[in-house]
Amino acid sequence: MKSKSINIPYILWIGIFIVVPLILVLLFAFTDSSGNFTIENIINVGNYASVFVRSIWLGLIATVICVILGYPMAYALSKIAPNMQEFMIVLLMLPMWMNFLLRTYAWMTILENNGLLNRLLMFIGIGQVNLINTSGAVVLGMVYNFLPYMILPIYTIISRIDNRIIEAAQDLGASRRKVFSKIILPLSIPGVISGITMVFVPAVSTFIISKMLGGGANILIGDLIEMQFLGSSYNPNLGSAISLVLMILIMICMGIMNQFDHEDNSMGGMII
Amino acid sequence: MKALSKIYIFIIFFFLYVPIAVLVFFSFNNSKSRSVWSGFTLKWYYRLFQNQQILSALSNTIIIAIVSSLLATIIGTMAAVGIMNMNKLVKKTVMNITNLPMVNPEIVTGVSLMLLFVFIYNKFGILKPGMATLILAHTTFCLPYVILSVMPKLRLMDVSLYEAAQDLGCAPAVAFGKAVIPQVMPGILSGMMMAFTLSIDDFVISYFTSGNTQTLPIVIYSMTRKIVSPEINALSTMLFVVVLSLLLIVNFKQIKEISKRKATTPTKGVNAN
Repeated sequence: MKSKSINIPYILWIGIFIVVPLILVLLFAFTDSSGNFTIENIINVGNYASVFVRSIWLGLIATVICVILGYPMAYALSKIAPNMQEFMIVLLMLPMWMNFLLRTYAWMTILENNGLLNRLLMFIGIGQVNLINTSGAVVLGMVYNFLPYMILPIYTIISRIDNRIIEAAQDLGASRRKVFSKIILPLSIPGVISGITMVFVPAVSTFIISKMLGGGANILIGDLIEMQFLGSSYNPNLGSAISLVLMILIMICMGIMNQFDHEDNSMGGMII
Repeated sequence: MKALSKIYIFIIFFFLYVPIAVLVFFSFNNSKSRSVWSGFTLKWYYRLFQNQQILSALSNTIIIAIVSSLLATIIGTMAAVGIMNMNKLVKKTVMNITNLPMVNPEIVTGVSLMLLFVFIYNKFGILKPGMATLILAHTTFCLPYVILSVMPKLRLMDVSLYEAAQDLGCAPAVAFGKAVIPQVMPGILSGMMMAFTLSIDDFVISYFTSGNTQTLPIVIYSMTRKIVSPEINALSTMLFVVVLSLLLIVNFKQIKEISKRKATTPTKGVNAN
């Protein structure tokens, strides 16, 4: 087990398929189409500041909604009978096993102008409301797709809290509310943190949800990158520059988040 | 309080399942409408099985998932063993690089791999984006999950068994196979299963590295971009049923195992569970 040769395949692999590709992104970001050094691409990213602001804003709203909806759910799940909990968790994970394109597509059919929801609204006399191709629809799609990623880590952490601590607090006269605010809430913060990163990162960088539910008017960073590599405005240099900025942005966000997470428990949400 | 939380749990599950129920419901709809019911039919399922594009994409998806999850499992298990024995600084660097595909936005991983494959193809004329590049890309993003599920098991492993095997005359490789692998097998298997499901489900990274090869998620994506046929609903329903039955089988097995254990060791069984 001490032999070094066992490392060689893996080191080679991550070198070629993780490090070199990222170096290529860096290289492309700082060169023009004929390969000369330039910082023009990075400067041009500034033209898309509004897209960045919109992505981060929508991602933040979706993350906040996920915390608001997900925390009580995780708490409620941890309080039901243990033999039911396992079943409930499977039930929670089941939609995640369905491809997210299909889940988003389902919302497309519900929200579209003569879709189910609008038919319902017309039936009860409110009349047709424009639901699809709005930023609200994009946020809804994000929340729907990523909510389980918020619930699961929080649930895992809450259900691991040592019951004796709660009992001790109760013995010492703490009310239910006090037990929650002084014990459960502080101890569950690492779960909330890993939930936030698990929701925020994919939400900010998505390009499918915005395309399917947001129409052309709600372009996000992901769409912008996709357009530079496979879409209408082919420009891998600019695309690389945008990717680089996105990467750095997310690393900064994660760095800030980790400041709140003293116990270094960022993998607390991994299930299986 | 109890009732309130039950209602809340119900509402969240309602929110999670209604869209899926709608998809399933309209897969049996006689007309192409996605909101008006006009009679029961199975024709979309029938058409699905005649759709050559979907069938070939399905076989591509399965081949890629099998090959890349096996590759990721072999390389990842070796890496986990190697990483355990590295000195602190090297270990930290390697682990940080390992985690990159999990921390980075998927689209960045996809784009960077696309740049790599295009670069290799232009320079050396090999690895035209397609099946091979998809397998390489999938193996890459599955590797950290395998490593992270094998490493904890390695940490809990009893090293003296490995040493004892060598003392009794096993060559290191044989001792590794006979004394280490069986101990970490649960970690290896769950890593492999995770890699397999991640590979089947992946769209973003495949989208950038596939060239003209189509996987199931890519076909689904192109279907949602065009005038949509309820075939896609039929496909969703079938996938959902497959996943549901897989989960039920796994759980059923677990339930059976637990009851068996309970039956054989009546006193300890209760504590163990």
